[in-house]
Amino acid sequence: MLYSETVMDHFRHPRNVGIIENADGVGEVGNAKCGDIMKIYLKIDDGQVTDVKFETFGCGSAIASSSMATEMIKGQPVSRLLSLTNKAVVEALNGLPPHKLHCSVLAEEAVKAALKDYYDRNAIPYDPQSLPTTSCESCH
Amino acid sequence: MIYADNAATTKMSRTAIDAMLPYLENGFGNPSSLHTIGQRAAEALSQARATIAHCLGCRPDELYFTSGGSEADNQALLSAARAGRARGHTHIISTAFEHHAVLHTLKKLEAEGFQLTLLDVHEDGLITPEQVAQALRPDTCLVTIMYANNEIGTIQPIPEIGALCKEHKVPFHTDAVQAVGHLPIHVKEQNIDMLSLSAHKFHGPKGVGVLYARKGLPLYPLIEGGAQERGKRAGTENLPGIVSMAAALEESCAQMEAEAQRLSALQTQLIDGLSAIPHAALNGHRTRRLPGNVSFCFEGIEGESLLLLLDDRGICASSGSACTSGSLDPSHVLLAIGRPHEVAHGSLRLSLSRHNTQEEVDAMLRDIPPVIQQLRDMSPVWRDLQKGVRSYVIQ
Repeated sequence: MLYSETVMDHFRHPRNVGIIENADGVGEVGNAKCGDIMKIYLKIDDGQVTDVKFETFGCGSAIASSSMATEMIKGQPVSRLLSLTNKAVVEALNGLPPHKLHCSVLAEEAVKAALKDYYDRNAIPYDPQSLPTTSCESCH
Repeated sequence: MIYADNAATTKMSRTAIDAMLPYLENGFGNPSSLHTIGQRAAEALSQARATIAHCLGCRPDELYFTSGGSEADNQALLSAARAGRARGHTHIISTAFEHHAVLHTLKKLEAEGFQLTLLDVHEDGLITPEQVAQALRPDTCLVTIMYANNEIGTIQPIPEIGALCKEHKVPFHTDAVQAVGHLPIHVKEQNIDMLSLSAHKFHGPKGVGVLYARKGLPLYPLIEGGAQERGKRAGTENLPGIVSMAAALEESCAQMEAEAQRLSALQTQLIDGLSAIPHAALNGHRTRRLPGNVSFCFEGIEGESLLLLLDDRGICASSGSACTSGSLDPSHVLLAIGRPHEVAHGSLRLSLSRHNTQEEVDAMLRDIPPVIQQLRDMSPVWRDLQKGVRSYVIQ
């Protein structure tokens, strides 16, 4: 099989699909031309991610990566989001095929884009290096 | 399981399997051997060649057995190019939506100094003989145009293009891998100088195909070695495969007319049913297409996830999305007919064969729309389209 059981489980039964109307941070990465877009919505209370939702246009591994990333950050302190890596998402998914690794990168980038949006909205200072502006570097 | 990916490959027919078995057992001889067992093999090879020649409307000695369609395409193109170059003719005409076996060979020739004209296939997936006429030059050494497209199924005006090439004395090759066994083909009547076919597209085995080359056209071997195939294709013949291919082709040709009618009716139902999905568009001309081919683009979703969900529901289909092609770009065929990248990613191809039934078509029409809706419900692109933040490409 192309994908691990964990990937297929998250693809078939994605966790946290949807939107949050009054989100405290929203991040969207990727573009339709490349074939994948991820959008992550964060609800943050007292420095904790109290809710998270995602929408994804993309392949099976893109949907599974978004689902897994939302599970990994739900309930976590905001400060922990900075340390989320695509590698951790891949490990939690029990691996991705090499040509699908960019999906996990997008998931990491989407979370960080949402976090950056939260910081910007609340004028919370942060090291710009730790939250680089994302580009669709995995594509074209 | 509903297998609706017959353009990728087909299930072998009982006839084709039965034809093959004796040559895996006692008929194992090498057709080049002088002894009885070898000569029986040679006789079977000769019969298979005669059967296929009869189905295509050519002479048996105009057929060369290959490992499949890709090899036949490579040999046809490289041979015509080599013969052309010897006369100082280095211009080749083809189309933008050929199979990669043709396109990649053409790119290689271009790097070696040939000039290519790739004709625009327009949004209906068709080219016209007039386009070919306009592209012809005094130094054109080859016109190669596929008979029917593998993704969108459109059927090109092959006899007319062939007549034009004949008039201008330019060799004409057609990659007929998707057409043979499904459409009536007569190479002489249709003015075809070279044709490639592959057995596994008409319920024959994989790994075997044919290059037809009109008598008198220069042909150069890709594989050097023994004198098999009159010195044009070395290597001991794949006799079980060849005999099986001949049986499969004979059977497909016998059933062709009735089967085309039956498939067209199923195709119409699928096209009508899927057209009812909002913001969905049929790819390629509505009627000038292979009877079993249905190809759609659905806005706001991506093809690989669609295929995986359909597979969960027991439907085997295919897509021209980048994720399924193993590259970053979606299908060059869909881009060639003018689909933008973001729409080409959301494509679905259903290709039917004699094994598909009315019940299966009903099941597909029941299961496909909710799966598309499920993916649209989680797609930020679809949400933006619905909110008017992004404009629909497919109305």
